[in-house]
Amino acid sequence: MTTRIIFAGSGGQGIQFSGKQMAKTGMYVGKNVTFLPSYGPEMRGGTSNCTVVISDEEIGSPSTNTPDILVAMNLPSFDKFEPMVAPGGTIFCDSTLIEKKSARDDIKAVYVPATELANENDLSGFANVIILGQILKVTGIFGYDEFKDFLLSGIPATKAVLIEKNEKALKMGYEYEA
Amino acid sequence: MAKKVLMKGNEAIAEAAIASGCLHFFGYPITPQTEISEYMAKRMPKVGGLCLQAESEVAAINMLMGAVSTGARAMTSSSSPGIALKSEGISYIAGCDLPCLIVNVQRGGPGLGGIQPSQSDYYQATRGVGHGDLRLIVVAPSSVQEMASLTAEAFDLADQYRMPAMLLADGALGQMMEPVDFSAFEKRDLPEKTWVTNGTKNHGGKKNIVNSLYIDPNVLENSVRERYERYALLEENEVKYEEFMTEDADIVIVAYGITARIAKSAITELRKNGIKAGLLRPITLWPFPKKVLGELADKTKAFVSVEMSMGQMVDDVRLAVNGKKPVYFYGRTGGIIPSVEEVAAEIKKISETL
Repeated sequence: MTTRIIFAGSGGQGIQFSGKQMAKTGMYVGKNVTFLPSYGPEMRGGTSNCTVVISDEEIGSPSTNTPDILVAMNLPSFDKFEPMVAPGGTIFCDSTLIEKKSARDDIKAVYVPATELANENDLSGFANVIILGQILKVTGIFGYDEFKDFLLSGIPATKAVLIEKNEKALKMGYEYEA
Repeated sequence: MAKKVLMKGNEAIAEAAIASGCLHFFGYPITPQTEISEYMAKRMPKVGGLCLQAESEVAAINMLMGAVSTGARAMTSSSSPGIALKSEGISYIAGCDLPCLIVNVQRGGPGLGGIQPSQSDYYQATRGVGHGDLRLIVVAPSSVQEMASLTAEAFDLADQYRMPAMLLADGALGQMMEPVDFSAFEKRDLPEKTWVTNGTKNHGGKKNIVNSLYIDPNVLENSVRERYERYALLEENEVKYEEFMTEDADIVIVAYGITARIAKSAITELRKNGIKAGLLRPITLWPFPKKVLGELADKTKAFVSVEMSMGQMVDDVRLAVNGKKPVYFYGRTGGIIPSVEEVAAEIKKISETL
């Protein structure tokens, strides 16, 4: 079983963080993983994307033109990557920032107003974690508790407020009914 | 089981170098390998080492020459245009018979080119990295694990054969993250460095001289011939490669680095459709695995060199196959990584002509 995920959005939305967190969790549960970021000017803002491959087998290509899962957190990312999603795949959209809906009937589209949910719940900057919660719920790629444990264990104990906010955002995303 | 850490390829090179006893790093920033310098700047002071950002690539390579003359394990790193700047120094280091590691995390060229991944410095690494009769050991990792293990191996090879080694990677390998385990490196028994210039008091009053200038052509020819005897030993003993599904392959892809991984995925797809493809992945680009390619030429029907260049390694494949079977080429360049689908389509097209 191999899952290819593209995370795409704007610099500063936590796109790379989300991808790394997926890859790390995959590694901790004993899967093969690769994380391929976009690099260069993107690191300083602008568009940002990364590709994560999680597999039980040895991973060949770390990039993909046919992701199984797409996370789109702005309109240009949706327009660029939505047509590439493999038939049977799933897209997760931040519907606060993307008004458009997918016209494809061979993929599953999940719309989460993540930025709005974050802003209303004192979780500004955690829209990406809300989406991660929804991915866990819809795809079951990792168990909620195992993902949460690895997410929180990466945060130093001195930053208690970050632990609290990540946990709250992940739970909110997991419980959201799209 | 040893603990694995998720790391960028560039960071894995730096950590592996330090773990292999390299305590001197001289660099100058350039995308896509700057994380090597960054990591060194953070870690070296903590382990009693030195990370020095030079004023230019030229300065860095000459600082490296000085450091390794004293017997220190040391390295520099850069990306394509920066390696071109270092080429004079690399030739001097080869002429002085000094061991060191030079890392090239390739980007698109020529000129300033771009910053996306490329393999268009194959000629530079295996042919023209500096003037004069010289070779570099060239190792080509294709995973973050190999970015680490081949860094360690390249240092050992350089010391054993007293010559510079290059690790030839690309921007994708430098930037991507994979789990890496630092506990599994093999260590070689290395000869004592009796030639180092660290003070006559350490050599019973005997003077050691590090030099590449020989005015008398007979003396120079002898020094080059002696060096080529060591090169011959390398070609005999140190060729490394990986074979993947070559046993029954009608068509053998030859690819290294990140491209070899794309090729593996393409082969898995092609096999599902009944096309018997396989892969020969050179791990050492010099010495090149020509013997095994010659043997495969007796079993398979055709070869395809897949590269992120306009076709450079394909020359070595042709030399190794020596006309026994057709050798094709497929590549993308300028910073584009070929997709699994396009490589598979190309191989399918070729297989239909066999």
